[in-house]
Amino acid sequence: MNRLEVKHLKKYYTSQKAVDDISFTLAPGSIFGLLGPNGAGKTTLIRMITGILFPDDGEIIFDGQTFNPNKDIAHIGYMPEEKGLYKKMKIGDQAIYLAQLKGLSKADALERVKQWFVKFEMQTWWNKKVEDLSKGMQQKLQFVTTVLNDPKLIILDEPFSGLDPVNSNLIKDEIYKLAQKGSSIIFSTHRMEQVEEICDHIVLVNKGQKILDGSVTAVKHQFKENIFAIGLDSNPPNINTPVFEVINTKGHQLVLKINEGYKPNDVLHYFLQQQAGINSFHEILPSLSDIFIKLVEGTPLTRQFQVTA
Amino acid sequence: MNKILLVIQREYLVRVQKKSFLLTTIGVPLIIIVFYAIMIAIGASGGHEKSKIAVIDEANLFAGGMEKAKSDPSEYVFLNNVSPDSLKVKYKKLGYDYFLYIPPVDILQNANSIELYSTSTVAVAQKSRIEKAINNAIELKRLQSANLSREQYRAIKSDVSIQNITGKQQKKGIAVVASVVAFVCGMLIYIIMLIYGTMVMRGVMEEKISRIAEVMVSSVRPFQLMMGKIIGIGAVGLTQFSIWIILIIGLRFILSAFIPAFDLSALPQGAAATADTSDLQTALRVGLDSIPIGMISFCFIFYFLGGYLLYASLFAAIGSVVSDDQNEAQQMVFPVMMPIVLGFVIMTKAAAEPDSPLVIFGSIFPLTSPVVMVGRIMYDVPISQLIISMLLLVLSVLFFVWLSAKIYRTGILMYGKKVSWKEMIKWAFRRS
Repeated sequence: MNRLEVKHLKKYYTSQKAVDDISFTLAPGSIFGLLGPNGAGKTTLIRMITGILFPDDGEIIFDGQTFNPNKDIAHIGYMPEEKGLYKKMKIGDQAIYLAQLKGLSKADALERVKQWFVKFEMQTWWNKKVEDLSKGMQQKLQFVTTVLNDPKLIILDEPFSGLDPVNSNLIKDEIYKLAQKGSSIIFSTHRMEQVEEICDHIVLVNKGQKILDGSVTAVKHQFKENIFAIGLDSNPPNINTPVFEVINTKGHQLVLKINEGYKPNDVLHYFLQQQAGINSFHEILPSLSDIFIKLVEGTPLTRQFQVTA
Repeated sequence: MNKILLVIQREYLVRVQKKSFLLTTIGVPLIIIVFYAIMIAIGASGGHEKSKIAVIDEANLFAGGMEKAKSDPSEYVFLNNVSPDSLKVKYKKLGYDYFLYIPPVDILQNANSIELYSTSTVAVAQKSRIEKAINNAIELKRLQSANLSREQYRAIKSDVSIQNITGKQQKKGIAVVASVVAFVCGMLIYIIMLIYGTMVMRGVMEEKISRIAEVMVSSVRPFQLMMGKIIGIGAVGLTQFSIWIILIIGLRFILSAFIPAFDLSALPQGAAATADTSDLQTALRVGLDSIPIGMISFCFIFYFLGGYLLYASLFAAIGSVVSDDQNEAQQMVFPVMMPIVLGFVIMTKAAAEPDSPLVIFGSIFPLTSPVVMVGRIMYDVPISQLIISMLLLVLSVLFFVWLSAKIYRTGILMYGKKVSWKEMIKWAFRRS
């Protein structure tokens, strides 16, 4: 059973179609990257999944049942892009309060907050106020309050912004652990290298529509352009073959694109014939960043407002 | 439902635990008590100061002897061998506070030529004491010229004070007491709506500016968040008022044990020393007794709750649409403040003309009724008007809470955009 199924979700504003017929599914324990340029409709989509907005049309199925915001938001942890906490409230009280709002009893909340604070070495912060914390510390606190109640679905919007590498890794590890324990994670960011590293599945959204959906490897293979790198002892003097074209030469490393109708074996065959010593040979898959740019390029970064008919 | 309680609890505790809450809660009654004490001190010193008055009585009005009231502590010194003109200049140097000059005219015909010299304006109480002494003397002279004795005069003189009977229950309406109580109640509601309404607005703005609103509404319904805040802050207000009332009563009780003058009679005595104190005391007591406490309390609580809920929800809606720009907040708040202030203005008219069309309208129109009706309630409001007013208020509270909740749920998640009134109305009436 899928943790979350989104079917033909639509949300139209008067000035634009924020979400226009988006469907996807999310399995338990998977880490799901929700990508898209600014203003693509990610936030609106997330707000519908978290029950903040009602969809105009379409269906959300949570754990096999029609999404019921009143009941199901207790099982969803949401860390929005714009992080926010009560500035004047003590950190311990704040974490407990937010956990209680997610349906934990006071005793439960206290216990879990303590556990997490120990895990993140935040025990000494308990009586401090949020306004006394640095941005990175606030981020950590925000993450703790989001995952405190072991939600079935965790939505993280830019969770690493403003964090140093040590704290980023700390949170990354926790994300993996939560996924292993069965939480599904929706991870929204513009940082493609993080997506490649963390996510097993991605959806790319542009102008309110889904333009790409699949596992990270599948997507990369879908967009591969038969580009290979070959390392040689010495560069052959002139290369003239119908099998491939050299795109780039870096020392003894050549980057080449195999022409239609030929196979990697034909490349090796060619160099062996040339008596060249081959050190390495591997395929270069496009990075998600390349795919992203390729798909989104040409569409204006900020959407023009369109009038819904 | 449990969540709304959590929100209420937080909103309440966060504010009650603040230092500023403690400061205002204890500070305000202290200021009131100090103010009260100063007023009494002034009243008392004005009433019991022994002033020395030089008198030149060229009309021989007093015939050298002064028949002064027992409560008049002033010392009158009659001078004969001094010219009025020289005394006008040097009475102060000779140790007199005032100089009373009665010129050599027929005082029975022309009593307005009497002059009182002082360095600064004479206190009202002092002036009226001197006037009373002169009036007594003139009366006596006139009686003598008509060959009447004091006793005969007293038998003739009529001294009526009308008993004002109002309403069906034939209760004695003592207008002054009633109007003061009504005014204070209306004023309280006015202050509560303004202070705690804007407090709600600032709380909503804080949530919006610190961007916690989005986190919150992913665990609580926006309506719960809004109502939790409104109720929590309302409870803070009630707590503060309760503490104030207890402190003021308690402090007065303690002070009156030390300073005998510090009881209810002290103030009227100081303010109107000529009036008979015991009369005023009984009037006050009768006045207070004649107020239907149960009825007033009920109306006060009803209009307090209604007015607060109505305006707090409007303030919450305003707070949700403004960005962190203070000027913008002020602009948006203005139309909400207007009817509150208008209500207060109408309420001040209620004492003079409780049945004028403006006051009747103000006490029924739900945006002004919480202030105006409470200010008018002492003047026997027809029960039909009261019912219509209450009904309209309940309906308006429901309507405005609904309207504000709709604006709030959209506004609180909008950033960086100035929201127009038109848009707000659009949000309110579109389906979620």
